[in-house]
Amino acid sequence: MDLLVIKEGFPLLSFLIFFPLAGSLVLLFFHGEEFARRWALAITSLTALFSIPLLTGFDAASTKYQFAEAYKWIPQFHINYIVGMDGISVLLVLLTTFIMPFCVLASWKYIQKRVVQFMFCLLVMETSMIGVFVALDFILFYVFWEFMLIPMYLLIAIWGGPRKAYASIKFFLYTLAGSVLLLVAIIALYLKSGSFFIPEMMWQPYSMTFQVLVFLAFFLAFAIKVPMFPFHTWLPAAHVEAPTAGSVILASILLKMGTYGLLRFCLPITPDATVLLAQPILWLSIAGIIYGGFTALAQHDMKKLIAYSSVGHMGFVTLGIFVLNTRGVEGAILQMINHGVTTGGLFLCVGMIYERTHSRELSLASGVGKYMPWFVTFLAFFSLSSFGFPGTNSFIGEFLVLAGTFEHNIFLALAAIPGAVLAAAYMLRMLQKIVWGGTNNPDQSYLKDLGIREIIVLTPFLLFVFWIGLGPQPFIDLMHGSVTHLLDQFQTWQQHGQVASLLLK
Amino acid sequence: MVILPELVLLIGALALFCVSLGKNVSEQAAKNVAIVFGLGTFAGTLLAFNEQGTLFYGALAVDQYSQLFKLMISGALAVFLIFSQSLKAIDQKVKPEYYMFLMLSVLGLMLLVSSVELMAIFISLELSSFALYLLVPMRDDATGVRVQMEAGMKYILFGVMGTGFMLYGMSLLFGLTGSTYLANVVEFYAEGNLQPTAMIALVLVLAGFLYKLAVFPMHFWVPDIYQGASNETTGFIATIPKLGAVALLIRFLSLSGEHSTFLVNLMAALALASMFYGNLSALVQKDIKRMLGFSGIAHAGFIMLGLLSLDSQGYGLAIYYIAGYVVMNLACFLVISNVSQKGENLCIEDFNGLYKRQPVLAFVLAIGLFGLAGIPPFVGFMGKFMILTSALSGDHLVVVCLAAINTAIAIYYYLSVVKAAYTGEPGEQPDVTVHPIIQVTGAVLVMAICIMGALPAKFVAFAGTVVQSIQ
Repeated sequence: MDLLVIKEGFPLLSFLIFFPLAGSLVLLFFHGEEFARRWALAITSLTALFSIPLLTGFDAASTKYQFAEAYKWIPQFHINYIVGMDGISVLLVLLTTFIMPFCVLASWKYIQKRVVQFMFCLLVMETSMIGVFVALDFILFYVFWEFMLIPMYLLIAIWGGPRKAYASIKFFLYTLAGSVLLLVAIIALYLKSGSFFIPEMMWQPYSMTFQVLVFLAFFLAFAIKVPMFPFHTWLPAAHVEAPTAGSVILASILLKMGTYGLLRFCLPITPDATVLLAQPILWLSIAGIIYGGFTALAQHDMKKLIAYSSVGHMGFVTLGIFVLNTRGVEGAILQMINHGVTTGGLFLCVGMIYERTHSRELSLASGVGKYMPWFVTFLAFFSLSSFGFPGTNSFIGEFLVLAGTFEHNIFLALAAIPGAVLAAAYMLRMLQKIVWGGTNNPDQSYLKDLGIREIIVLTPFLLFVFWIGLGPQPFIDLMHGSVTHLLDQFQTWQQHGQVASLLLK
Repeated sequence: MVILPELVLLIGALALFCVSLGKNVSEQAAKNVAIVFGLGTFAGTLLAFNEQGTLFYGALAVDQYSQLFKLMISGALAVFLIFSQSLKAIDQKVKPEYYMFLMLSVLGLMLLVSSVELMAIFISLELSSFALYLLVPMRDDATGVRVQMEAGMKYILFGVMGTGFMLYGMSLLFGLTGSTYLANVVEFYAEGNLQPTAMIALVLVLAGFLYKLAVFPMHFWVPDIYQGASNETTGFIATIPKLGAVALLIRFLSLSGEHSTFLVNLMAALALASMFYGNLSALVQKDIKRMLGFSGIAHAGFIMLGLLSLDSQGYGLAIYYIAGYVVMNLACFLVISNVSQKGENLCIEDFNGLYKRQPVLAFVLAIGLFGLAGIPPFVGFMGKFMILTSALSGDHLVVVCLAAINTAIAIYYYLSVVKAAYTGEPGEQPDVTVHPIIQVTGAVLVMAICIMGALPAKFVAFAGTVVQSIQ
């Protein structure tokens, strides 16, 4: 286990995983809506506070898994409880812990019925999301990965919009169906490598057929989660019907699990299959970018618009991952964080307008700029960020991805450019309608501008939009070591592989 | 006192018999006697847990293996008696008899798991089955179409057919070996005598237990009997007898050694057929008990998959799986029995808005169904995962892939009940009030589902060693 830097003393990662769960158990016994809100806020804020040492104690130069803990769990099957974190997951864990308090705040007024259960679901959700990003044992990962479906299903099914039953079932079935073969692949890997410890499964000389089969099983599970075109159809439905906090969690964190899975598992476990199948996946990403852009352009429902824009943005992420060079992968990771921040912010904005007008129709929300100046300021910055305006966070991410793509294949990069233009088109269209509208705007004079709570919710998102946009270096530094290490190993692996195949001839 | 729990049950049955003799049958008295003796059996099993011995000229062997099963059977019986206190659909006059036959049926199962001689196995199995056949038609005739009579007839006819197969197989075994003791039969098989007759004898005997477990093609009785019997009776049929069936399946399968490809292929085919048949049929069911019946067929397929490896680890996993299955099914039937107002059958839409009408039961139902669907971290997932691992290590890749696809099919019908309970509107259905003790029992079952799922290591290890002790 020389791949792990075992954390001595306080088990920080386990604490972060199980603290929200413990907090949720309290809610089983104490009822009272106001208490539930405050309690959930306290728990999520404390989790966020306790996750700061992850940043300060993180050694970006090391490529090992840090803050690791390892205990025996099911010895008969060599399953252990192993958690740890490297440069690829550190930002995602922090994104999760820091977004959760704002999800609680965003639901403060939005959720009026069954507040206790709602907060219970949010806290359980946090446990499983952190668990997914830090698990280093495949079964532990799978447990968190699947368990998450239950609270998310309930969030959509109980507190969702009018078509919640349809949307929630579709979400559940799609994601579950995708991951059943993942389980078979995990077991097959275990039988080959003799352990469920993820790093030990990596860089093993599996045969090509085996790699391709495992890769396809992985890809199906993760591509549905991302969601990649053409597996994306659950996303608009789920986004539209979910309550604001649900949409934010879905967009900011859940979708990242798919791309995180591709990066963490596909590349190092099945490197040869990755090289073999990268090309079609790259073109699928391009298809997703263009398709997402065009579909978003035609939407009248604000949430749907943002949902389709997510398909496009996540297309950039998969593009960055599968060009397999440092710029691309770093851009992809940064773009995951950016999408989390920006789209999270956009969904919060839509949620705020929905609380006032009780509609997500673009036409009913047009022309609010005059009455809600604070609101449209925030919205404008998030929209600019969403289409990658220079100076905002997405610019850096998309730029890095495109730079990496140019390095890889110029035609691919050229094909991705229209996606960036489309993003500007649909975002500016939405912004224009909401801020100014046209001559037939509905009467919006009853609208009140944002309150203090709402400004507090949105400000940190905006802060990160500009921080990453103007000074991305600290973020890139965090991941640089791990990404270079991953790609170095990848290069060496390929050279070895070629040598071996030459020798065999 | 190696057979303390059996004695407690027998005394309980006699006591209930005396209660039933009274002119004015007191419902309360029957219930109290049943619960006292049910809990007494559980306590007795715990007390006698470490004792071992053989009785009746070696026909009964009380070993660790049977003690483990007895513990599970008596635990399930205690839970069952607690949550089925009201027995809404059973005529008041026959309640003491109902409890008496219940006790006798459990007594048969307890004897069954420790029987190591063919005649003893047959007699205890019949004791348990005939008591059970009588429980089905004891439902009162609320619907007026006497559906319980049809169910009772079907149960007894199909059951006798299953027994017939088994008895024929046993006669072949006796003819081949000249002995009715399993130990001698084992020796015979260990010498490598796997000529067709020996295999046919084994398969025929297994058929009798596959009937109890409801494995395809011995599943025909399931849907109608589940639907026709009262909610509580179905809850009993769906859980406790299956423990006995698995116990004996393992005893007989371990006869065959580890070399029989024919048996392995047959079991793989039966497992897949059960899963596909069960899951696909369950998709279209409206009646929740029918649905759970079909889901039970699918789960029986999973158990067959665990037995497929024909080694002690696989047997241990099958025991873990059936234990988890019983706990999850008890949780579901606890909810069904108590949501049903007058003991009528429930459709899936009858659960609409259950979260508003009775949040605790809705929670128990959701956990039970998610567990059955195999979502982590519940026991259903761990059982499924470990069985798939064991099957894949035996190189049954196609079988494992098809079984995994089955979990994806199954989630739909489980989810449709959860959907009704959590997103449906209650409409005009009344609130459900239940006794706190039932809520507590439900919470205990939920905890058992979670703990068995999160920390399975101890149980699986214990079951594995226990199985080794009988081989």
